[in-house]
Amino acid sequence: MLSCNIKGVTNGFPLRIEAEKVVEKQVDFNADFLKNMFPKIEWKALVAAAKSMGYTDLPDQAESSMIDSEEFLKKFHHALLQLHLEEGALICPETGRRFPVNKGIPNMLLHEDEV
Amino acid sequence: MKLKQLESLLGGLQQFPNPKMELEQYPTGPHIASRMLYTAENSFGDVSGKVVADFGCGCGTLGLAAALLDAEHVIGLDIDSQSLEIASLNAEDLELDIDLVQCDIRNLGWRGQTVNTVVMNPPFGTRKKGADMDFLFVALKIASQAVYSLHKTTTRDVSHLF
Repeated sequence: MLSCNIKGVTNGFPLRIEAEKVVEKQVDFNADFLKNMFPKIEWKALVAAAKSMGYTDLPDQAESSMIDSEEFLKKFHHALLQLHLEEGALICPETGRRFPVNKGIPNMLLHEDEV
Repeated sequence: MKLKQLESLLGGLQQFPNPKMELEQYPTGPHIASRMLYTAENSFGDVSGKVVADFGCGCGTLGLAAALLDAEHVIGLDIDSQSLEIASLNAEDLELDIDLVQCDIRNLGWRGQTVNTVVMNPPFGTRKKGADMDFLFVALKIASQAVYSLHKTTTRDVSHLF
């Protein structure tokens, strides 16, 4: 959900991911939560993000009817909650500015001339 | 989880070893943190199963309290990397999972309505006037459901806190 907010950037979303180290976490599966989140997620951005982290099982397009399928929900669950970028960077799609990610924490601080 | 248990777990967390005055860093006490989140959950259902963000999370007290009360996903945001490191250690201690982001709340780019609830103990604005308003402004924009925030009754008074 993070986007680039450098002065003058009109389209700072979605940030591209440069993955150096990806960790897979174990998160309890909660179908209700996932069904609730589905309409709030920009699907294409999620698919691209998952692919950059090595997960290609998500369908390129998704409609609300798919949330009735447990198989689909499990993939959604994995991409949304279990894939974790430990080391790498988030990159502004417009300026190419790199926001480094270390120990799982992205540094989104802007320099003085970017504000 | 009982209130006393929550308060006790929060009381065991590591806090700022060298609080930075200009950022108005000070720990959120376990007494108030536990009651704040307890009320948010039991009176309003704003924590369990929800996406909760802690703005100016510092060492993570409020965000971790939310995780202890079964928030589905917790995100802590702070400008200071040392605080975030402590928050990360605290999360590990309690065997909880929270996402952390280092950013300046005033130029945070956030898209979408994925956060349900914001909990925060922001800078009161005694050091940098209007800091509290910056936090409130962003919190109200991002939270889809509720914002729980602690404030000082008079922020005109530049009486020191610590």
